[in-house]
Amino acid sequence: MDKLKRVLIYVFLSVLAFVSIFPFLWMIISATNKSADVTQGRLLPGGQLIENVKMLFNTVDIVPALLNSAKISISTTILSMLIASLAGYGFEIYRSKAKDVVFTILLLSMMIPFAAIMVPLFQMFGKISQTVPFIGLDTLSGVVLPTFTTAFLIFFFRQNTKMFPRELLEAGRIDGLNEISLFFRIFVPTMKTTYAAAGIITFMSSWNNYLWPLIVLQSPEKRTVPMLISNLGSSYTPDYGIIMTAIVISTIPTALVFFLMQKHFVAGMTGSVK
Amino acid sequence: MKAAQPGVKIRTRANLTGWMFIILAVIMIAAFYFYPMIQALLLSFKSGKGMNLHFVGIDNYVRLFSDKTFIAAVKNTFIYLIIQVPVMIVLAMFISVLLNDSKLKFKGFFRTAIFLPAVTSLVAYSVIFKYLFATEGLVNKMLTNLHLIAAPIQWITDPFWAKVTVIIAITWRWTGYNMIFYLSALQNIDHSIYEAAKIDGASSTRQFFGITVPLLKPIILFTSITSTIGTLQLFDEVVNITKGGPGNASMSISQYIYNLSFKYSADFGYAATVSYSIVIMIIILAFIQFKAAGDKNG
Repeated sequence: MDKLKRVLIYVFLSVLAFVSIFPFLWMIISATNKSADVTQGRLLPGGQLIENVKMLFNTVDIVPALLNSAKISISTTILSMLIASLAGYGFEIYRSKAKDVVFTILLLSMMIPFAAIMVPLFQMFGKISQTVPFIGLDTLSGVVLPTFTTAFLIFFFRQNTKMFPRELLEAGRIDGLNEISLFFRIFVPTMKTTYAAAGIITFMSSWNNYLWPLIVLQSPEKRTVPMLISNLGSSYTPDYGIIMTAIVISTIPTALVFFLMQKHFVAGMTGSVK
Repeated sequence: MKAAQPGVKIRTRANLTGWMFIILAVIMIAAFYFYPMIQALLLSFKSGKGMNLHFVGIDNYVRLFSDKTFIAAVKNTFIYLIIQVPVMIVLAMFISVLLNDSKLKFKGFFRTAIFLPAVTSLVAYSVIFKYLFATEGLVNKMLTNLHLIAAPIQWITDPFWAKVTVIIAITWRWTGYNMIFYLSALQNIDHSIYEAAKIDGASSTRQFFGITVPLLKPIILFTSITSTIGTLQLFDEVVNITKGGPGNASMSISQYIYNLSFKYSADFGYAATVSYSIVIMIIILAFIQFKAAGDKNG
């Protein structure tokens, strides 16, 4: 009986693992095949990869899209981590009743669906365009500006700050550091794991963001990777080999970030749930 | 009195320093979440094309009840919500309990494999699912070869199966993500509780419902609220897998708002009204979920 249960558990988990991995395998295999082979359901790797990559770079504007996405995600990640960690640290280390009230109000913003504010945000950036064109509509900064501060990340940093040993701050004060240097010279280096987890979450969601860039960016040369893939995917005469190659390339940055920092990610998440 | 002065001064200064740390975040959230929220509320009482808007009172809200597309979108979104969120939460919890078993082999492999879908972009996986579930796609081919189906299923073009495809897709993408929260919570549960239960002769099913589920309640609440909010905002998947079709059979509320604002002749006022309906639904559902979690406590 017990043995049967064990076997069933392994079978169940293996099926789930297969279902989870299969679309990835199919995407990678398809990137090495001709479009016609993909439609026929070929499940073996072919020799078309280099041809597909060449065609992709020659016929589709993937390079500008990758650059746009990289610029947006990297600046979003840096700004996000700075603002959210300063705030999370401020809320926890300099705790006061008034700040706790403000914190609760900030958390309420997590309940605001993006769909509910996209129209006013669009109008707002339309107005900004008229006075400061470089952060308004159809600019990469316009994509970054309203998305980099999230209550979730502030909450995340505050939760993790709870585990930060405050004695370090006292020691720093005795050494004559002011409050700002305490943050940058003691808190930041100590909390590397938290920053890594926060960085992964932010980079991934920024790299994958679709709706807001779709609203803000209008010129084709400013398109991000998800916008490009969505366009390729809705084409009436799709070349599956090329599209799959584009999807593989677009997944590499997030997959890489995740696998390089997986340990930090799990540790950071555990910290935030505690 | 006099002796207390310097202490008070230092404390006020520390308090001010604290505000300096948080002020930027407060300004940003106020400017890009709360201000647009208020703007959307004002907009929802206006109507007109593009930027030429005039005040119409509650007309937009009245219009909601006779708007067939809106009603279809709400229905679809609720079908997604009622079926997908519970299935995913139960599955995520069940997997995490299995993976938390210290005797299990290949734990790291299973965990990484099941989490893997969470690294893909919503658009990328949606396009992949669209192709996999095409009528001549691989899923139909596999099911036919296994003799599970006689004729290919119209996954994308049938009103019923289009919704099923969207539900399968979202479950694939988010189960592993939610599982991580349960896994990290399970790691914090003291093992001696289970040892004690075993000595008392509790079966593993009883242990699950008597110990694990109650201890995981905060995480269940957290994941069900975030998943509910996520589902109510569903956009990328529907747009890229089914385009909301056939007809409006799989359209989500977010997609309808997008269409109203940027696809049809722009009616920002009415779009804002539709978007406020999501806000109201989120508030009601979050309240119910908090209530449900609270009652079991008491």
